[in-house]
Amino acid sequence: MRTILDDLNAALHDAMQCDERVIILGEDILDPYGGAFKVTRGLSRKFPERVITTPISEAGIVGLATGLGLAGFLPIVEIMFGDFLTLASDQVINHAAKFRWMYNEQVRVPIVIRTPMGGRRGYGPTHSQTLEKLFLGVPGLQVFAPCPIGNPGRLLNYTVFNCEDPVLFLENKLLYALPPNKYLDSKEIIIREIDPLPESNLSVIQNSEILDRPKTYLMAVRDAPHSSITIAAYGHMVEYAHQAIIELAYEDEIFCEVIIPTQLTPWRIDPIFASVQKTSRLIVIEEGTRSLGWGAEIAARVSELPNSNVKTIRRIAALEYPIPASEPLETAMLPGKNQIIDAAKSII
Amino acid sequence: MLYSSDMPTNEQLYEQLVRIRFFEETVLANFSKGIFFGTTHSCLGQEANAVGVISNIQHNDIVLSNHRSHGHFLAYGGDIQSLFAELMGRSTGVVGGRGGTQHLHWRNFYSNGIQGGILPIATGLALAEKFKNNNAIVLVFMGDGTLGEGIVYESLNMASLWKVPILFVLENNRIAQTTPIEKAVAGDIKMRFRSFDIPTEDIESSDVIEISKLADKLIKGVRSSISPRAMIIHTYRFGPHSKGDDTRSVNEIDRMRKDHDPVQIQGQRLDLKTRDSITIKVEHEIQNAFNDALDDPFPEPDKEFTS
Repeated sequence: MRTILDDLNAALHDAMQCDERVIILGEDILDPYGGAFKVTRGLSRKFPERVITTPISEAGIVGLATGLGLAGFLPIVEIMFGDFLTLASDQVINHAAKFRWMYNEQVRVPIVIRTPMGGRRGYGPTHSQTLEKLFLGVPGLQVFAPCPIGNPGRLLNYTVFNCEDPVLFLENKLLYALPPNKYLDSKEIIIREIDPLPESNLSVIQNSEILDRPKTYLMAVRDAPHSSITIAAYGHMVEYAHQAIIELAYEDEIFCEVIIPTQLTPWRIDPIFASVQKTSRLIVIEEGTRSLGWGAEIAARVSELPNSNVKTIRRIAALEYPIPASEPLETAMLPGKNQIIDAAKSII
Repeated sequence: MLYSSDMPTNEQLYEQLVRIRFFEETVLANFSKGIFFGTTHSCLGQEANAVGVISNIQHNDIVLSNHRSHGHFLAYGGDIQSLFAELMGRSTGVVGGRGGTQHLHWRNFYSNGIQGGILPIATGLALAEKFKNNNAIVLVFMGDGTLGEGIVYESLNMASLWKVPILFVLENNRIAQTTPIEKAVAGDIKMRFRSFDIPTEDIESSDVIEISKLADKLIKGVRSSISPRAMIIHTYRFGPHSKGDDTRSVNEIDRMRKDHDPVQIQGQRLDLKTRDSITIKVEHEIQNAFNDALDDPFPEPDKEFTS
């Protein structure tokens, strides 16, 4: 079975093959090892001059990539675990993300920082977190999160070739083993694309044969009546939402539609808001901790829009603890299918 | 002058030193009037570092600076009025009033206000020049205070590992804001660079010609070997860290000014008449640029913030 890991790896091969400006930097990415999660395998054999294995210097390599980006290259940095982004945060926030605006639009920093995020692998407190909320809302930074829908590799190449600003590309670790387009042939659910980008953004797409523009998806149970609950989710949480809406439909006759963005910032509330206007109920799920996070922002936006129909909101997220290594503890503190089902039942 | 293949004349070097001196004095003298935003970090006393080093670059070389950037910017050839305008937050400023004193970009000149943060970026720019094989090099200025930042050592390591064409210029003014070097820097500064196999030389001088000669040698080394070098200039900061936060004694500063003034040192190579004519010319230039910048418009928020 072709996995999302294969898909991402193939996309990196495509990117390097079709553009010599692409340079890949990261720790332990050389063959035969090919990176801690093997996303970069095969690249250094094929493109030895443009695949650079680096010292353990997350800030240094993000800064180095920023310099390469300023000079016209298209660097892709692998940060081995998303938890280590904190080491690079000064380079991201005070340098890469600022330069374009701060230097009065005279420069661009087209770098992509890829990193695996998330738990359920038993890696414990410093190798399991979902830290993107620390980076959401940083002006000048774009954040993308692939999910089991679509081709994550083609989304990655969109960010490489079409984002002039620094990108954080979040690869939940559990996605790696899933197939891309996982629900394509599903008999139980349907998926629609609901959010094409404005035309102005579509007209400049480079290398369109190897990439897909970011999309927002709507997922619902096939042949279901009108949904009474909107669920907002991204990344690997989409898999739990998928399981939950099927169970809710078949066992409880509660029908939900899931709105799934693949670009977290910059972003628009419209697709989620449009769904909530019909359902009046919103459940927001994320793997990071609950307070002051993505779900809180979605809830606030939906509530503050004029003529909002929203009546009930629930946030599902991780408990506010470090991630434990022990599996029963880790499972208990991270959000999953059961929390979604419980929340849905509680608001109907 | 800048980008010329000939060594600048004594007159030209003096003029550049005086220009930076007058610029910084004008900023400090007018700061209390409320016409500048935020703060300023003057390089009074350190003018010869900027002029001596930057006078050796070629047209496609890249210069990166830090919070104390005015001297570097002017020595690079940056426009005086646009620098005043930037400090005054005007739309005609170097970056349209968005960055202010510490955040400049013009042509191949960059500065930022995070200690040491620009070093890996400088290293990346140098790696890019190496990939492009176009013989350009990168200069990056740092201070003794910057040595406290871990990113410095990540950058030195990468610069040496990948043999990138970069000259690290450390201006050791022996004080970081108010903290003397004895309280902040352990061990040997030169050895920090040498332990990464980066050839390093230091100089105890405020003489622009001596500094320029050493910079010339090191820059040639960087360019011909395509590998890093480091230059440590032991120097003196005459002014406060920023606007008026000097904790040192007046006597101490007076002694520095008497013994280590780069403007005086270079001035001794010229006759009185030449000095006076340069002084008068640069005074006018600075005053006019200052007055013109005061008449420049502020940026319009409606145009800056569209969403």
